[in-house]
Amino acid sequence: MSGDAPTNVGQRFDRLSATPDDREVEGRASRREILDWWDERFGVPPETFDDHTLWEKGAGKIWIFAGDTPSPVEIEGLGMTFMRTRQEHWKPTTEAVQRFGDRAERNVISLSREAAERFVAGEDQALDWDGDWGYLIAAHELAGADAPLGVGLYVHGELRSRVPKGRRREF
Amino acid sequence: MDTLERYRPLVDDFDAFLDACRRPLPSAVRVNTIKASVERATAALDAEGVGWERAAWNDRVMTVDTDRPGNTWPYYHGWLHGQEEVSALPASALDPDPGERVWDACAAPGSKTTHLAALMDDRGLLVANDSNLGRLSALRSNAERLGVTNVAVTNQDARNFSLKPFGGEEFDRALVDAPCSCEGTIRKNPDALDGWSLDHVRGVAGVQKGILRRAVQATREGGTVVYSTCTFAPEENEAVLDHVLREADCRIVDHGLPVDCAPGVTEWEGESYDPSVRKAARIYPHFQDTGGFFVAKLEVGA
Repeated sequence: MSGDAPTNVGQRFDRLSATPDDREVEGRASRREILDWWDERFGVPPETFDDHTLWEKGAGKIWIFAGDTPSPVEIEGLGMTFMRTRQEHWKPTTEAVQRFGDRAERNVISLSREAAERFVAGEDQALDWDGDWGYLIAAHELAGADAPLGVGLYVHGELRSRVPKGRRREF
Repeated sequence: MDTLERYRPLVDDFDAFLDACRRPLPSAVRVNTIKASVERATAALDAEGVGWERAAWNDRVMTVDTDRPGNTWPYYHGWLHGQEEVSALPASALDPDPGERVWDACAAPGSKTTHLAALMDDRGLLVANDSNLGRLSALRSNAERLGVTNVAVTNQDARNFSLKPFGGEEFDRALVDAPCSCEGTIRKNPDALDGWSLDHVRGVAGVQKGILRRAVQATREGGTVVYSTCTFAPEENEAVLDHVLREADCRIVDHGLPVDCAPGVTEWEGESYDPSVRKAARIYPHFQDTGGFFVAKLEVGA
């Protein structure tokens, strides 16, 4: 099998290439593409992530790590899960949106307290939204500023909660 | 509570100690400064009408007026983490700086790991290890909810932990919050003493010695190691320190914690320990209405 192109190995962390031109593993996103996506989709400036490296472990699962370490590395976790690629629409994680979403300037839907409660309980709800369809950052006002709650999928006049089961809460 | 009788010779005001052990613990949280300031987190509690009271020794730790701190908005956002007051002592004693290399040898389920990350301002390398793969999922989910990005999670036996995945370089600091007989958690878990036996204490002490010795070896000269347990047994506390003082290149230094505590004991059931174990801290539940705890700080190669 020698001479085959490198492939994604599910049990280890591989650092993403800097640009699409440096890509060695087919289908793997590059750092440039990921930062451009956060910029274009949410208006999060690329320099937000200057001190972080990006890694893939698991098919399409991208991790964000403060600092650097030799690549590849076979350990259980490296930083936090950041987004999902290798699917038609890329999707940020709840954790990434809570951590970095307060810098977003686009595609942020502000929810009332009642709508926020339904969102974190995992409910879908009919809501008016005149922006893009697709993945949005859902936020609400808490202690003086907008606080990102997680990821919602907006389609057909409906905001679908994408809060993972383990993170849902009923207040 | 009969098990605790063995500590009567060590504890001043033993009746107050037993009374405190019988009372349930107040509900406590730590502010996660990676995601929110203390001011914003407490403002969010105020907005929800949840009362809170700051710990005397640490403005990031507070007791709250609810049995379910997990069901509040600041908790959902990862601004708060449910963590009892004494559990915030080890990371405070280790006192890591942003950008350092830090090893948390027995990390799951991650309360102390995430505290270390916050003290490091989420910068540098924090290696969180646990020998139990099942417990690592709790560590991972706590770290994610609190927005920690500087943690690398490993699943090794800490007694022969390998630095290879991280380029072989030693750590600046290491925390050994060791698996123990957990006597000090009786207020949180009334069943904590049900499986107690002297054989178990002796067995776990062997593991503790192995992990602490490895932590000293894996830390650079001049670096810091903190050893902590939630138990009162000298076999698991001072005896472990005494062993490592003889086996590895380190010395005990002042812990620097501004809490009421008793010094480490130098004699127990016919054994005597290195006099410097007095510099360790024994925290008894009646001192400041907390769980029981033991903390010691070591300097490596000095």
